[in-house]
Amino acid sequence: MSAPELPLSLRTTPRLERWLRFNADGTVTAFSGKVELGQGIVTAIAQIAAEELGLEPAQLSMVAGDTTASPDEWYTAGSQSVEVGGTAMRLVCAEVRELFLAAAARELEVSPADLRLRAGNFEVPGTDLKRSYWQLADKVSLAREVTGRAQPVPPAQHRLVGSSTPRRDIPAKVSGAAYVHDMTLPGMVYARVVRPPRYGAKLVALDQAALRAAPGVLAVVRSGNFLAVATEREEQAVQALAIAQRAAQWDAPPMREPAETVPFLMGLPAQTSTVYSKAGPAAGGVRRFEAVYSKPYLAHASIGPSCALAAPEGARLRIWSHTQGPHMLRAQIAKALGAPESDVDVIHRDGAGCYGHNGADDVALDAALVARACGRPVMLQWTREDELAWSPFGSAMAVKIAAEVDAGGSVVGWRHELWSHTHIKRPGRGEGINLLAAWHMDPPAPEPPARDMPLPAGGGDRNAVALYDFPNQEVVYHFLPQMPLRVSALRTLGAYANVFAIESMMDEIAAALGIDPVEYRLRHLKDERAKAVVRAAADAAGWTPGARADGASGRGIAFARYKNLSAYCAVVVEVELVEKLRIKRAVAAVDAGQVVNPDGLRNQIEGGIVQAASWTLKEQVRWTRDGITSRTWEDYPILKFDETPEIEVVLIDRPEEPSLGTGECAAGPTAGAIANALHHALGVRARHLPLSPERIAAAMD
Amino acid sequence: MAERFTLRVNGREQEVVAEPATPLLYILRNDLGLKGTRFGCGTGQCGACTVLFDGNAVQSCDTPLWSAIGHELTTIEGLGSTEHPHALQRAFIDEQAAQCGYCIDGVIMSAAALLAKNPQPTKQEIAAALERNLCRCGTHVRVLRAIERAAKEMR
Repeated sequence: MSAPELPLSLRTTPRLERWLRFNADGTVTAFSGKVELGQGIVTAIAQIAAEELGLEPAQLSMVAGDTTASPDEWYTAGSQSVEVGGTAMRLVCAEVRELFLAAAARELEVSPADLRLRAGNFEVPGTDLKRSYWQLADKVSLAREVTGRAQPVPPAQHRLVGSSTPRRDIPAKVSGAAYVHDMTLPGMVYARVVRPPRYGAKLVALDQAALRAAPGVLAVVRSGNFLAVATEREEQAVQALAIAQRAAQWDAPPMREPAETVPFLMGLPAQTSTVYSKAGPAAGGVRRFEAVYSKPYLAHASIGPSCALAAPEGARLRIWSHTQGPHMLRAQIAKALGAPESDVDVIHRDGAGCYGHNGADDVALDAALVARACGRPVMLQWTREDELAWSPFGSAMAVKIAAEVDAGGSVVGWRHELWSHTHIKRPGRGEGINLLAAWHMDPPAPEPPARDMPLPAGGGDRNAVALYDFPNQEVVYHFLPQMPLRVSALRTLGAYANVFAIESMMDEIAAALGIDPVEYRLRHLKDERAKAVVRAAADAAGWTPGARADGASGRGIAFARYKNLSAYCAVVVEVELVEKLRIKRAVAAVDAGQVVNPDGLRNQIEGGIVQAASWTLKEQVRWTRDGITSRTWEDYPILKFDETPEIEVVLIDRPEEPSLGTGECAAGPTAGAIANALHHALGVRARHLPLSPERIAAAMD
Repeated sequence: MAERFTLRVNGREQEVVAEPATPLLYILRNDLGLKGTRFGCGTGQCGACTVLFDGNAVQSCDTPLWSAIGHELTTIEGLGSTEHPHALQRAFIDEQAAQCGYCIDGVIMSAAALLAKNPQPTKQEIAAALERNLCRCGTHVRVLRAIERAAKEMR
């Protein structure tokens, strides 16, 4: 049997001993590089590990994202954690189980087939004969490389995978301390970073004396344009920050004049390339449709501003962080400090949800700089304004779709053009340093050139290729290397805007042709799993073809397969317009292959729908030439509890199919379904997000 | 100038030394170690720092220390613990009503204030009681369900 292709995590860390440890107290520790972001991944990977090792869940503990112990699994991002991290853990545990099974069989002088594994014991049924992992531990060496040849537990025999195991982390989170923000170390001090008014600022004058005279100030840390203050008590740091705003004078170039998204993006220099092209028979279209859609810059807008704890220990620095990529962050911080990587430890601790690349990594370098200057442990949390104005944003995007339709009503030509900045500027990708403080320090680290992630996963062009079976299809990417606002990965990258545009256009064509939108999608889909989710969502929502709207309420559908590689998701939305647009109900159907934890998956889909509804109805980063102006929840409102739709999620479980990432699959379809429902309700087509009352009014004119 | 104050938190008298204008949030978190009360915005807009103040839901980030003297304060730790959860905490666990969970302790405190006054709230009344709480993960549906469940169990 030839060696199978191992998942990336196992190619990076092939040694079994790096993944599992059998402890003297009869427990097992599993080490994972995939970290808890509130998506339940630690519970899901624990389910997989306990399943393969034949353990009870309580016998297994997890260590995730600790550079002193865990394997390097790149980032916890892109809905890849079950697909890649889960698969790696499954292969490791299956192989370790087989090694122990063979050892148990030798000791008990039976054939491996005669043994039954239960709660970590290999038992000979009907006898008292048994051996546990822990009894065998000194006879089985894990100092070897994984082969990937062990046979995982067949899905039909799963006890834990596929069950809605409760999350391991929730009890502590509803009872008190649970986050990096809540840690305390002896001698710990508090710090805040003093921010300039806008990007590119130079600190030209600083009244150090005024700042040092503020109550409790222990250190004023300055390196070039990086300025921070450390105090004995936390409220003193908040006070000192207010004083520092007056004590510091900045010189900064004005920001680029704001404008509507489409002219703003189209006015920037572009690098144009055709990223996808499928040429079939000559189009022969009889009707042509063309429209431009857009989404603004969006903020991650975490509820808990980013935070890190950094503690100097001699020459070493230990950092606790809610980063998505502890190993990447360690490398970047070491580079910024001019220290060897071995002198920096990054240990993941849970934080508030990040939804992509927010301030989590930046704040770790901030804390590291202050800790090195103070020689004491430093707890540094960003302010609300820092989080909303200084973390990276999700790129604004414009999408222009031109479609040709033949006499029978089928799409025969489809051209998708998009304008976008990069969607991936995480620390650790490419040269230079992608951490805010590194650009402000003296000497400043170079900011790596912007590049985007290529297809098939894609960045700005993620999901720009429509999954519909169009005979001619072309995707042109106008990549915008100049970034007037700081941008990086926001949940779904370009998929949200691309799916919104594709699904709006499909609806526009269906409406113009008088064809039911569900039927029109099914007609263009070849993939049976895609068809199944479209039908399942329509059925569960009680979709009636040809249903007339009453002028105030309506319904719409949209579909996508995330990245065209991950989970399939269709969403039906019902809206009503009473003063403002309200989402009454959302019904999603999802096919994610083998489901590890159905309730965890539902939670992700529900959250994805609500978050995307918030983006679609409300959100937009605002700025003037003086700086970002959406800096508080008043200026950057998000969906509230009294705006919650009813949500229903239908899961199509396919235990024999590989698991597909689901964390991001609902967002694009939700946006499309909302716009389509608005059109069904009022007959107006709103193509530019957010669908604010002003935008809807403008579309109605 | 820092002064000595006696606060009544979770049924116990607690001495603290701090400036009278210090936001209650930092006293609870850093002086008393009650970390379930969280910083989210510092201006009372997000509700992550919500505590009970004489039974009312109050944002501790913009409540000065001096104003809490002589009043009864309750934090999430005063409701229950992982070993002995309050009906609300149990309902949030049973409904798995959290994603990142950062907002949840504040949400639970708003709900506790509501249920003390209105043991049978409608879904609209629950949502209205969460007027000053924000959730970014989109756990809204489960949060509302968990509070309904707790209300039922507490009756």
